[in-house]
Parts: sequence; structure tokens; C-alpha cells
Amino acid sequence: MLWNTFLLALRAIRRNLMRSILTTLGIVIGIAAVITLVTLGNGATKSVTEQIASMGSSQLIVMPGQRFGPGGSDGAPSFKVADVEAVRSQITSIVGVAPMVNKGVTVVHQTKNWLTATVGTNNDYFKVGNWTLDSGRIFSDAEERAGKAVCVIGETIRNRLFGRENPVGSEIRVKNFSCEVIGLLKSKGQAAMGQDQDDIVVMPFRTVQRRLTGSQDVGRFMLSVQQGASIDSVKEQLISLMRERRKISENEDADFRVMDTRQLAETLTATTKILTALLGAVAAVSLLVGGIGIMNIMLVSVTERTREIGIRLAIGALENEVLLQFLIEAVVLSAFGGLLGIVLATGASIGLSSLMSVPYMFDTNINLLSFFFSAFIGVVFGYFPARRAASLNPIDALRYE
Amino acid sequence: MSEAPLIRFSGLTKVYGQGKVTFQALKGIDFSINAGEFVAIMGPSGSGKSTAMNILGCLDTPTEGSYAFQGVQVEKLTRTQRALLRRHQLGFVFQGFNLLSRTTALENVELPLLYRRESTAKRHAAARVALEQVGLKGWEHHTPAELSGGQQQRVAIARAIVTQPSVLLADEPTGNLDTKTSQEVMELIQRFNRQHGITVLMVTHEPDIAAHARRIIRFVDGLVESDRLNEETP
Repeated sequence: MLWNTFLLALRAIRRNLMRSILTTLGIVIGIAAVITLVTLGNGATKSVTEQIASMGSSQLIVMPGQRFGPGGSDGAPSFKVADVEAVRSQITSIVGVAPMVNKGVTVVHQTKNWLTATVGTNNDYFKVGNWTLDSGRIFSDAEERAGKAVCVIGETIRNRLFGRENPVGSEIRVKNFSCEVIGLLKSKGQAAMGQDQDDIVVMPFRTVQRRLTGSQDVGRFMLSVQQGASIDSVKEQLISLMRERRKISENEDADFRVMDTRQLAETLTATTKILTALLGAVAAVSLLVGGIGIMNIMLVSVTERTREIGIRLAIGALENEVLLQFLIEAVVLSAFGGLLGIVLATGASIGLSSLMSVPYMFDTNINLLSFFFSAFIGVVFGYFPARRAASLNPIDALRYE
Repeated sequence: MSEAPLIRFSGLTKVYGQGKVTFQALKGIDFSINAGEFVAIMGPSGSGKSTAMNILGCLDTPTEGSYAFQGVQVEKLTRTQRALLRRHQLGFVFQGFNLLSRTTALENVELPLLYRRESTAKRHAAARVALEQVGLKGWEHHTPAELSGGQQQRVAIARAIVTQPSVLLADEPTGNLDTKTSQEVMELIQRFNRQHGITVLMVTHEPDIAAHARRIIRFVDGLVESDRLNEETP
């Protein structure tokens, strides 16, 4: 009986080719949209996570004041070089500590100029910030001590000022002094928040202090924790050391804060996940619309199908046989549409993810979920109108208008 | 076969609608039909002849009364049992042909055999023979849309007789056909009655179509008005 009914179902599909194609198309598009959007969203999440990892495993950034953003120091006193030295000597299991002082300047080479940010720091900066050199070298002790006019530049600066040339050994003009390029940093690309990490000129701390800011202040400092050491315990040590040095009593609020890039990473990952969920919701709507399309096609054809059911019943089909036939029809169309949708989605995901330069990852859950959802819609709307028709008296089904 | 009639209607009524707005299509019908008969049921529109035919064909159920088919009380059967009765004993020919659209003549004729679970080879052979018997050799792979009305009705007859049923039920089989084609279709039905011994029950309102039958039952207003043998059967 099953084979015969299967044969009948296949005949019915072939006989109503246009209807079959439209039904399948609704499922294909719904499924493909959901899978593609969710897969791309997952890829974007992964790419953000990777960018965060490029910032260095886990950095602690210490800055004065409690508020976030520029001008957030609230008049809290700045750090001094002595604070940085105290951290270096008193806190264990850190990779390094880099004081940082920033200044926006225009850099010039021959006829080209570019507005960028310089950072004055020490050699620990490269370790802590997870930077590697593309060519050249980092600062020597003598250069750091003397505050020599030397700099290590990022890939963006190289592009803007030197094009494809090797900049190492050339001079660039920074504000009113000439500065020798001693190293080129390997590109890190965009940061998780969208800013260009390669748009940077790194100089010895003293150089920036003396020639650009003219102050003894350390804007903020950054340190990273050794692999395997507890970030939280380092953070605690750091906070109590700074409270002590800044003479903040037990019941006073600290006038500085410690930012943990791990937290930042978590926040960003969570945001991307929300965006992925949002994309998924948009896609779910398209699946729903596809489902409604299927429903319409099935309901529009109900008159013709009811008469067909009447004919089948009149020539001796059992109600169950008719129902089984319609069920098989719906399952075959839905499953075929589902598979086609998955194939299409995989193709589109691979193509689009390479276009958007996010990694492609196959997500089994969303493939299964959308497949079964569309199969469910197809079966429900293929089967239930048929069930109503098959429960009529054969003569009523035959005369159905 | 024993002397028991093939079909016996006793006190059959059919009421359509519920509550106050009801219509009594059959008001108590009694007749019996023996195997091998060719019966025409005649009467004006609304006389209940089609209703009686649908009940005979187990396509509809009576409100009251009893209908015995080969001694079996049909009104006591379940839906499935009635479907099996249709599958094994009855063949239908309708006024509107009721072929499956976009389906070839061969597949249409095969359909009842598919439900009887015959093998593919048997189905094909039997369907081809049936189509040949109705004079449609060479038209096996045409769909209803590619056939004339007369040809469609002949496909429907082939579909009805391919299972070699004991009864052929024809509801206004020539209602949609012109006079010449009607005569051809009637000759075909008559041949299956005479040569293959298939009992034929036919509803019609045209006297010259009814003239092909050997017995004519006339319905008026939900009751049997007359039941007589047709002396001038050709």
C-alpha cells in the first residue's frame, strides 16, 4: 500500500508541476534566508572575537577618574612615571607595563601628510599590546632614556606617507621636529569597535613628553597578565597599590579605574550575538512569509483537490489512502524544498562571507531547525485541507465548488 | 446466484438540511434490481433520481430505510467498508466525466486498479484493453484537455469497467454530449451490459437515452411513479 500510495503522490506532484514548484520555492527561499543570515551573523561574531583576541589576551588599562570617555578624569590627578615603576616592581606575574601618553598630530613625509595619533610609551607596549614588527626594530634603551626622535609606525601610516615603499630609515616630520622611522608594525586591521588599529605612530615616552605634550603626566598605563596567572588577583593588587599611592582611604571611592579588556570582549561578543539574533528574527519573518506563501498555494488549490479527492473516493480509494497520499506529497515537496534551501544557503553563505571577509561556519542547529520548521508548515498546510476534504461524503467532495 | 435481488431499496428516505429549512428528496422508495438488468431512472429535475443514484453508489447515505446490496445492509457499513464495496463492486460514469486533469487516459483508467493494488504490468495491460474496448486505442497518452467530450466520457467508461464491476452506475452519462456522440456512448454501455453481464443503472431525463434500457423506473417528487419493462428495446 505504501509503495502504491507513494507512486500516486509522485504522479500528483508531476501532474501539478507549477503548484509543486511554487510550494517548493516558498520553502527554499524561507530556509535559505534564515540559514544564510544566521550563518553570516555567526561568522561576524567569530570575526569580532578574533579581533578581540588580536588585542592581546587580557590587558588591564588604568586611567585616572571614574567616568568613561574623553575628559572623564574629573580633575583626578594624573599618574606619574613613578606610579608605573611601582607597578613594575611590586606586582608579580605581569608581562610588562607600558605608560601611555597620547597626542594627535599631523605627520608629513615629502608632499604627503596625515592626521594621526602618536603614543608615547616604552618597549613593553609592543608586548602588552600584542604587536609584532613587520620590519625594522623597536627602541633601544639609549633612545628611550634620551627621548630620541625615533618612531615605529603602523601599516596605515606607511600606506599614507610611503605607499608601498619600505619606510624604515626614512624621516617623517612630526609637528615641528623630524623623526626617524625605525620600525614598521605588522597590520592588525580594524578593532572590534571599528577604529583602525594600524593608524598609529609609536615614540619613546620621553620624546612625546618633551617635544609634544610638555608635561610630566602619564595619561594612562596598560599592563598584561602572564599566561595562566589570575587576572582578578592582579587587578586586586593593582587597585590596592594605586589606592595606597594615591592615599585613598578605605571608605572613599577610587579616583581611577581599571579597565579589563576581557570585560570589553565579553560586552562586544554579547552585542554581536544580539545582532545575530536580530538577523535571525528578520530571517524568521521571511520563513514565515514563505510559509504563508505555501499556505496560500495549498488553500487556493483546495477546490480542485477536493474534487480530485471526491473522484478518488468514488473509484474506491479509502480515506486513509487519500490522506497518506497527500501527506507523502507534502513531505516530499517540503523535504525537497528544504534540502534545496540548505544547498542554496550554503552556497550563498560561503559566497557572502568571503565577500564580507567574515569566516564561514556551518551551523548544524539552524540548518536542522529551519528544515524542520518549513517541513512542518508544508505538511500542515498540505495535509489538513486534504483531511477536511477526505472526511466529506464522496458526493459532496465531487460537487465541491 | 440465488433468487435474492442484487439491490433492494425499502422505505428509503433522504432529507437535506436541518431544522426548519429541510428538503425531502426521497419520500420512501421501494424497488429491487436483479443482476444483469439495464435500468434507467427517469424523472424531472428535483424528483430525487440523482439522490437515489448516489445512495445506490454508496456516495451518499440515506436518512431512513434500508438498502441491501447482495444481501448486505449497506446503511450499517462503516465508511471504509463502503469504500471497499465501491472499489470491488461498483463503477461510476458521471455527467461531468470527472477525470483527473493533466493526467493521461491510461493513468486515469489505471487508477482504480492502483487502489486494488494490482501489479504495474497487470494495470497497464488491463487499462489498454479497456481503452481498446471503448475505441480509444492510440489515445492512451492524451490528457483530458486533449480529448473531445465523447472521448473523455469513453475514458470514464473504460475507468468504470476496467475493474469488471458487478454494477455500472451512470449519472446523466450523455448530459454533456451531442446526439450523435450520445448514441455512441449508449451503444457502448449497452454492449457492456449484454456482453459482459454488468448490471447497469442509469439516470437520465431524455426518453431516447432511456430507450436503451430494458426497464424504466420513473421518479416524480421523491416517489416512484412507475416501474415498467421497456418493450421497444433495440
